Amino acid sequence: MRLTQGAFSFLPDLTDAQIAAQIEYCLQQGWATSVEYTDDPHPRNTYWEMFGIPMFDLRDAAGVMQEVNACRQTFPNHYVKVNAFDATRGIESVRLSFIVNRPAEEPGFGLIREEGAGRNIHYTLGRRA
Amino acid sequence: MNAATELSLEAAFAESQVADVLHQLDAELIGLAPVKSRIRDICALLLVDKLRSQLHLNTGLPSLHMSFTGNPGTGKTTLGLRVAEILHRLGYVRKGHLVAVTRDDLVGQYIGHTAPKTREILKRAMGGVLFIDEAYYLYRPENERDYGQEAIEILLQEMENHRDDLVVILAGYKDRMEQFFRSNPGLSSRVAHHIDFPDYTSAQLLAIGQLMLQQMQYTLSREAEAALGEYIELRQAQPNFANARSIRNALDRARLRQATRLFAQRDKPLSAGDLMTIAAQDIRASRVFAQAVLGRTS
Repeated sequence: MRLTQGAFSFLPDLTDAQIAAQIEYCLQQGWATSVEYTDDPHPRNTYWEMFGIPMFDLRDAAGVMQEVNACRQTFPNHYVKVNAFDATRGIESVRLSFIVNRPAEEPGFGLIREEGAGRNIHYTLGRRA
Repeated sequence: MNAATELSLEAAFAESQVADVLHQLDAELIGLAPVKSRIRDICALLLVDKLRSQLHLNTGLPSLHMSFTGNPGTGKTTLGLRVAEILHRLGYVRKGHLVAVTRDDLVGQYIGHTAPKTREILKRAMGGVLFIDEAYYLYRPENERDYGQEAIEILLQEMENHRDDLVVILAGYKDRMEQFFRSNPGLSSRVAHHIDFPDYTSAQLLAIGQLMLQQMQYTLSREAEAALGEYIELRQAQPNFANARSIRNALDRARLRQATRLFAQRDKPLSAGDLMTIAAQDIRASRVFAQAVLGRTS
C-alpha cells in the first residue's frame, strides 16, 4: 500500500531533478531544510529519525541533495523525507514536507480491534506484519 | 562553415554581461595589472569553452579552483567577490555567493568534530565560491594529531567530486602558501590558477585612498592630498604595513580628527564643504609623522 503522507504523495515519485527544484524553492523562501528517515511510518509517528543536523544558510539545493542521497544509500529500505522549516515569527513551523524515498515493498497498515470495557470495540491502525 | 554553426565570441561576451564586471574591476581596483590580465585570460577561456560546447567539441569541465597569494591588504578578498560574480555570469557557478572562512570554521575541537563541520561549510558554499583565508593554518606539521589534515582531506575530496557545484579559492601570504602547497601536493595539483598579488606603489595607494574617500563622500583639500602622499611614503617604511587596509585605517582616523576639529569650533556655522573636506592638519596629526621626526633626530 502506497504511503500518502506529506506533499506530493498522491503523485508519482518525484525525480531527483524535481526534488532539487522543490528544495531550491524552499531555500529561496529562506526555509531551513532537514532530512529525516524512519522504518515506522505510522501516521501518529510524528518523530522520524534525523539524518544529520538541519541545514541552515544554504544557498543551493546541491548540498541538500547530497544529504538526501547519503541517507538513501544508508537506508535504502526506509522512508526518507525532506522537511523545510520556516523560522518567521508567528509561523515557526514546518512549511513543506515530502517523501523522497520509499522501501521497495510498502507493507501498509492493518486494522486492529480491541475489546474494552462493556464489550466496546476500539479500532486502531497497526503495523502489518 | 555555414551560417548556422557560425559563432560569435562577441555575442557570447555581450550575452554573459561579464563586461560590466570587468569594467567594474578596472574602475574599482587600482593597480593589480597582472591579476586583472589573469582574470581576463580565465574569462576568455571560459567563453571559448562555452562556444566549443555549443559545437559539441570536447571541453572537459575546467578546473576553476584558485589560489590568491599576496601581502595583507592587496585586495584578495575583494577580488574573490568579483570572481564569484564573473563565474556566476558565465554560468560556471549557479548562485555566485562567496563564503569566506578561516581555519576556525573548518576544523573542529575534538575527534569527530571536524568532518561534519567542514561538510556543513562546504554545503553552505555550494553553488558559489568558498574562500579560505590564510589557508596554510589548516596544516600544522608540528602537531601530527592536528585535525587540520582531516579538513584538508575532505576539502580535496569535495573539490574533486563536486567540481560543478563548488569553486574553492585558497588565499594567504605568498611564502607561507608556497610552503603549504609543497607539503600538500594533492591540493596544489588541484588548484589550476595560482594568482599572485603584487604590492601597491605609493601612487596607487594614493589613488586608492582617494577612491575610498570618494565612496565615503569626503574630499581632500590640496594640502591634505600632499600630506596623504607623504604619509603613505612614511607609513610604507614602517613595520606592519598592510597596503590598502592601512590606508583605510589612516583615513578612518583622519575622519575622527576632522570630526573633533569641527566639534571644537562648534559655535561657528558649518557648510557642506566643511563637513566633506579633510584638511591637511587632520592627516598631519598622525603618529606616523611624529615617529618620522623622532627617527630623524635620534
